[in-house]
Amino acid sequence: MKKLNKLMMNRRQALGAAFGSAAALSLAACGGGSGSSSAANGGGESGAIKVGLICLHDENSTYDNNFIKGFKEACEKQGITDSLVKTNIPESNACYDAAAELVDAGCKLIFADSFGHEDYMIQAAKEFPQVQFCHATGTKAHTEKLANYHNAFASIYEGRFLAGVAAGLKLKEMIDEGKITTDKAKMGYVGAYTYAEVISGYTSFYLGAKSIVPEVTMDVTFTGSWYDQALEQEGAKKLIDGGCVLVSQHADSMGAPQQCENSKVPNVSYNGSTVDSCPNTFIVSSRIDWAPYYVDAIGAVVAGKEIDTDYTGTLTTGSVALTELNDKVAAKGTAEKIEQVRADLEAGKVHVFDTSTFTVGGKKVDTYKADVDSDEKMEGDTEVIKDGYFHESEFRSAPYFDLQIDGINLLDTNFGS
Amino acid sequence: MIHVVKRKDMPLVQALAIRFGIIVFALVVCGVITALATGLNPIAVYGTMIQGSFGSPRKVWILLQQVALLLCVSLALTPAFRMKFWNLGGEGQVLAGGFAAAACMICLGDKLPNAALLAVMFVASIAAGALWAAIPAFFKAKFNTNETLFTLMMNYVAIQIVAYFVIVWENPKGSGTIGIINQKSEAGWLPVVGGNKYMLIVILVALLTIAMYVYLNYSKHGYELAVVGESPSTARYVGIKVDRVIVRTLILSGAICGFAGMLLVAGSAHTLTTSIAAGRGFTAVMVAWLAKFNPAVMVGSSFLLEFMGSGAGEIATTYGLNQSFGDILAGIILFFIIGTEFFITYRIVFSKKQKASEKEQGNV
Repeated sequence: MKKLNKLMMNRRQALGAAFGSAAALSLAACGGGSGSSSAANGGGESGAIKVGLICLHDENSTYDNNFIKGFKEACEKQGITDSLVKTNIPESNACYDAAAELVDAGCKLIFADSFGHEDYMIQAAKEFPQVQFCHATGTKAHTEKLANYHNAFASIYEGRFLAGVAAGLKLKEMIDEGKITTDKAKMGYVGAYTYAEVISGYTSFYLGAKSIVPEVTMDVTFTGSWYDQALEQEGAKKLIDGGCVLVSQHADSMGAPQQCENSKVPNVSYNGSTVDSCPNTFIVSSRIDWAPYYVDAIGAVVAGKEIDTDYTGTLTTGSVALTELNDKVAAKGTAEKIEQVRADLEAGKVHVFDTSTFTVGGKKVDTYKADVDSDEKMEGDTEVIKDGYFHESEFRSAPYFDLQIDGINLLDTNFGS
Repeated sequence: MIHVVKRKDMPLVQALAIRFGIIVFALVVCGVITALATGLNPIAVYGTMIQGSFGSPRKVWILLQQVALLLCVSLALTPAFRMKFWNLGGEGQVLAGGFAAAACMICLGDKLPNAALLAVMFVASIAAGALWAAIPAFFKAKFNTNETLFTLMMNYVAIQIVAYFVIVWENPKGSGTIGIINQKSEAGWLPVVGGNKYMLIVILVALLTIAMYVYLNYSKHGYELAVVGESPSTARYVGIKVDRVIVRTLILSGAICGFAGMLLVAGSAHTLTTSIAAGRGFTAVMVAWLAKFNPAVMVGSSFLLEFMGSGAGEIATTYGLNQSFGDILAGIILFFIIGTEFFITYRIVFSKKQKASEKEQGNV
């Protein structure tokens, strides 16, 4: 029975990461809310507001744990003493109920961490205009135009790109040492869904590696789940058996890193360091650090200022982070190279989706309409290529890069389980 | 040697006293474990659990709605169980009903007036749930297939069908979620009664509970399925068409599950996911067994399970304990309750005292 339940759980944690930020609201006078006399009164002491976080799973999930850590850190920094975390809230009306209960409990600012929570957060935002709702990874804040509903994400594609640079250097080292020939420089990638966030993630990772080893290719397989240890491990094994000499992943379990450790194949991880379990294969991991966003959002509510409608954390805000390199596995000079590329990215000298670095169907892409506005039409609505690069996470925080570029070979597609 | 001997009926007062006593005892055991494992004051933890269910009007309504939904599925399984047809396919039948309701909302949402749409959804979800139960019933009646396995497997088929359509209807593409259906127009949403969005489901299920109680205890159908459950041969001997009773009862069982699916989709979640039934098809088995298939008692057993569930969530939020700790407490309490039922129904006789106990039995 337990197993069956597990099977049915549709873990959609999703989408990556970020919490939404928000837009503006002048919250200042939000004192009146339901029943709490301690409501923020514009610029009052920060200990006076109460904040809440809604999580799809609990701290046992690397994805949710990353949010909980960021939330606690931000509360501490802002001197918030009263905070509530609701865990194991599914993507159903249970999310609305949880948000409403947090409002009843006096929260002035409520975060949610999973993509599928979005519609329920919007429902709550409409009902409780005096409370701010911030949703990570969502896509609708910029079209809903509610004063108290906000999205957030981070330019994690830049982190992936840097991680890809580390992967490229590792491949180069293998080639230089004669372990593989250039035509064998094939990477593998275990993805969750064939979804823009995942596509944006693996493409930026690939382009990072390609900036070091131009001949590199990559196989991608999908699990159809955000968290499924067995499927992720199987996927990694399939890639390794198919000749991939380095593997990365966009899914939340230890499946792929563990398989890499077992097969002695270098791994670039996600969400956090896996060096403890994989000391002989872990290179580096990119992750979104939610703390800077949470600090900003809480600070805004306390000060009675507006929260961004759609917040995109970056390398500069500290929202996109790399873990420590594992020197035992990483190629020599990786740290220096990453530092240099990072500086170039921040300075705008290098763009991850520079259209001169990739082709689609053998051709350079000069124009592309992405589906930025989530509406029923589900078609491209915004021109996103200009000045020679694809402008990811600029028109909204959640990724929308979904081009299938050359050099990346999809072994399968999986739009869900 | 140890013998297990069936008791004669125990006086009701005594049986109730034992049940009450054992719950108190289970709470004490849970308290000791809480204190040892977490260092928290168990009384405060219990207080928090009660707070989680009754702390605000909203919490009470949420609890009542959850109880109603679980009770609805339990009621659905009961006629089949009374017939000793082990319908473990509640999950799939609920999903089938929910799927039908969602399909109507998505495909007909802008084509029909709301009253007509709700009527269509009602018929479609009941038909879908009934179909999902009728298939294994037919095979049981005609070929005596194993209904436990058959209904279980039907769950997986339903999950896969829903998974497929979630992808067909997903928004945005690739995300694997449908999101709230008809969020703007609210087409196909159950109406809000008395300004309270939780109330309608509670009322509907309360009516259903009464109807099911009457059906099982005072109707010819209810009598027939009880006879079939006790002994199919006897049923045949007295002229009951066993095949027909099996299929008919399962259609009823599946139809009510389908109705529960519609309540979930149209009345509360307003979306469709593979996990929308949330294990209720299985939890309902426990609810029904705990209540010995008596609809009135099932109100209590489903309340107990939902109360402990919401309490577990509240402990997790308030004390930062993992939700699993609440589940552990719930497990301990259930263990004692189920154990008690055993000792109320049977008693254990040690052979040393065999003579004495035989004598005692003679006296009873």
